[in-house]
Amino acid sequence: MITHQFEVLVVGAGGAGLMAGLYASRSAKTAIITKLYPTRSHTGTAQGGIGAALGSQEEDHPEWHTYDTVKGSDYLGDQDAIEFMCNEAVPAVYELEHMGLPFDRTPDGKISQRPFGGHTNNVTGKPVRRACHAADRTGHMILQTLYQQCMKNNVTFFDEFQAVDLLMVNGAAAGVVAIELATGEMHVFHAKAVIFATGGHGRIWEITSNAYAFTGDGPSMVMRRGLPLEDMEFFQFHPTGIYKLGILITEGVRGEGGILINGKGERFMEKYAPNVKDLASRDVVSRAIYKEIRDGNGVNGQNYVYLDVRPESVNRYAALDGRKNLDGTPLHLTGEDILAKLPDIVDFCRVYLGVDPVTQLMPIQPTAHYAMGGIPTNMFGETLSDEKNTVVPGLYAAGECACVSIHGANRLGTNSLLDLVVFGKHAGLRAAEFAKTADFQPLPDDPTGFARAQFERVRQADGKENAFDISTTMKKVMFDDMGIFRSAKGMENALKVVRELKQRFQHVTVTDTGKIFNMEMMNVWELGNLLDLAELTTVAAIARTESRGGHSREDYPERDDKNWLKHTLAWVHADGSIDLKYKPVVITRFEPKVRTY
Amino acid sequence: MEVTLKIFRYNPEKDKKPAYKTYKLEAIEMDRVLDLLEKVKGYQDGSLSFRRSCAHGICGSDAMRINGMNRLACKTLVRDVGVKITVEPLLGLPVMKDLIVDMEPFFANYRSVKPWFINNDPEPDKERYQSPEARLRFDDTTKCILCACCTTSCPSFWGSDDYIGPAAIVAAHRFIFDDRDLAAGERLKIMNEVTGVHRCHTVFNCTMACPREIQITRAIGEVKAAISTGWLD
Repeated sequence: MITHQFEVLVVGAGGAGLMAGLYASRSAKTAIITKLYPTRSHTGTAQGGIGAALGSQEEDHPEWHTYDTVKGSDYLGDQDAIEFMCNEAVPAVYELEHMGLPFDRTPDGKISQRPFGGHTNNVTGKPVRRACHAADRTGHMILQTLYQQCMKNNVTFFDEFQAVDLLMVNGAAAGVVAIELATGEMHVFHAKAVIFATGGHGRIWEITSNAYAFTGDGPSMVMRRGLPLEDMEFFQFHPTGIYKLGILITEGVRGEGGILINGKGERFMEKYAPNVKDLASRDVVSRAIYKEIRDGNGVNGQNYVYLDVRPESVNRYAALDGRKNLDGTPLHLTGEDILAKLPDIVDFCRVYLGVDPVTQLMPIQPTAHYAMGGIPTNMFGETLSDEKNTVVPGLYAAGECACVSIHGANRLGTNSLLDLVVFGKHAGLRAAEFAKTADFQPLPDDPTGFARAQFERVRQADGKENAFDISTTMKKVMFDDMGIFRSAKGMENALKVVRELKQRFQHVTVTDTGKIFNMEMMNVWELGNLLDLAELTTVAAIARTESRGGHSREDYPERDDKNWLKHTLAWVHADGSIDLKYKPVVITRFEPKVRTY
Repeated sequence: MEVTLKIFRYNPEKDKKPAYKTYKLEAIEMDRVLDLLEKVKGYQDGSLSFRRSCAHGICGSDAMRINGMNRLACKTLVRDVGVKITVEPLLGLPVMKDLIVDMEPFFANYRSVKPWFINNDPEPDKERYQSPEARLRFDDTTKCILCACCTTSCPSFWGSDDYIGPAAIVAAHRFIFDDRDLAAGERLKIMNEVTGVHRCHTVFNCTMACPREIQITRAIGEVKAAISTGWLD
């Protein structure tokens, strides 16, 4: 066992972790540990843009962005935090630009912006250009830029160190236990403040846009230490994933004028969102696609529809919709424009589908994409331990693993990149400030004991069960019964299956007995996280007898503000039982009303 | 269809030297080589070790030699390489286990070119303006995902202890030709050292290997030209 001491320890090196590390390291001795090389983090796969009301090309205001985000959240987002984020968005994007981020530019040299789902001009209700972009690799550019800034500022990294346990002493964070993948050694990172920035857990579902690495490590570690998770029943299904593979096709395709077409060749979003049509919020569009498929309007009777960005289609529908360029001329796209604006999308379609989107239709289906729920925090990244918002000293979370909550029941596109930049920064600042006055908690007598026991159990298991089988079964039942549409019957089935899988998981062992890069052991540990979070997600979903945002129930199709305008907090006890409690939503300026697009 | 995977295996804890093992499995044409590796690991040999994350060609984790070419396993389909597939670790970096190589020398080269934005002028309240043409000037080299496919396909890199390699030059190019960045001179000096661009003999392996289709040899040529002319246009 090797022990390190840092004032602030960040776990995860995606956008939130890098931003936290960058800011914390300015005034506190800081390290970032990450199970991947930083540039491998999932932030890099974000495509379409980061939301900020810069008004580069047309009128826009942070107030409009705030309202759109509240409405997008189906009124479950906390309005104080949302307003804070949308105000911070503008300086945050300029800061990224000052760090060198190569945004695309307008003819007069400003940061270029494109329309995105759910982002509107609040006066006309029409889509507004708010997504600041670098082609369709905005996340890649944010990740690269932040990593470069960390190198420039000599931030300390421990690459390929997998965090496996959170140390809590006297009710406060004391550090993290991690495994160095290259050697298999356990390291104890003794810290005054710990910031989790570990990302999402979309690998629970069969069709997902999420990386293999997205196994909910942070929330799982926090949960095992007796702390609650918030709003886990809300998980976003992105409307446009590549059929069968789930690889993300950015909403920016529709932002540039692409439309969804069913098997009959109809532009069906007109029926579901007459005002903004294909640029409605993600939950709305995903449900519409599913309804079309269920009504027999999938392509060739299969579970997919088409996304059409062929220039002739874009131009035809743009003319019908009266979409115009900013100078008032009709919107007109060419094949070259598609290649310039969406090069990676074109590449993905060619590689994985053998389809050229400039001349052919893209087969798409909704794909599990983003965790709205996670580790409960306030708007400064401080982790909360109960429904009274009691702060856990020294423990912070930011990015997808956290639930502030700004995304509520449904996140708007472009707000995840914004979330990690804004709240990563504030978690870093707050943790460093805390570290200035706080003392180190003493380390427990056997700091690695709890983690060692988890691995020892796997090594000693009888090996009667196969991890790959368990994972496949979990993903399938969660996609079928805990997906876009839910009902008590389906969810009860999912819960039964997941609980059986958890029993079977006790029999999974590893054939690799070595220490060096024992990825088999790591993957088994990650599967344990996914199973635990799948169970918690399902329990929270069964309890919520309404439909709101990403949680859509066929047996309770309406939103129920009287009973359910509240956040779920879920605790798992040592005996495996799960407790649910609730806390109110913060409402400041926007009273809930019927949500239409 | 049945696919035969011949995989380079080496576990320094057990093996005196590397060996190839062969696995047969069912696959379809649209399967990624990464999907096959996952299946082998899931059902035939759990100890098979490799890096992977995003599985669609963006994170750069799973660069390896597939049928002799440097590729990303997640961006290479059975359709592209056929039913007999040989998978080996990247050349020119030390093998740590199976398909996992030590990336540290690669990242050290990357860091040596100061791959970060340098402009110490006071920051404006809003963005620094940049024309679309100026932005386009370095667009291609912003695509790099640091997978190392290019550097580890370069004979000059294999044959040298200290050549920084194509990926590091791509990183330098991204800043040298960004008109907002003010450290082009500093970087060109690094590029002009004996470990820099002059080791490139325009073999084009890097350009062939790049999964992001970056015109790497051309970018290196532009850096060479900037050194010899002092011009950045």
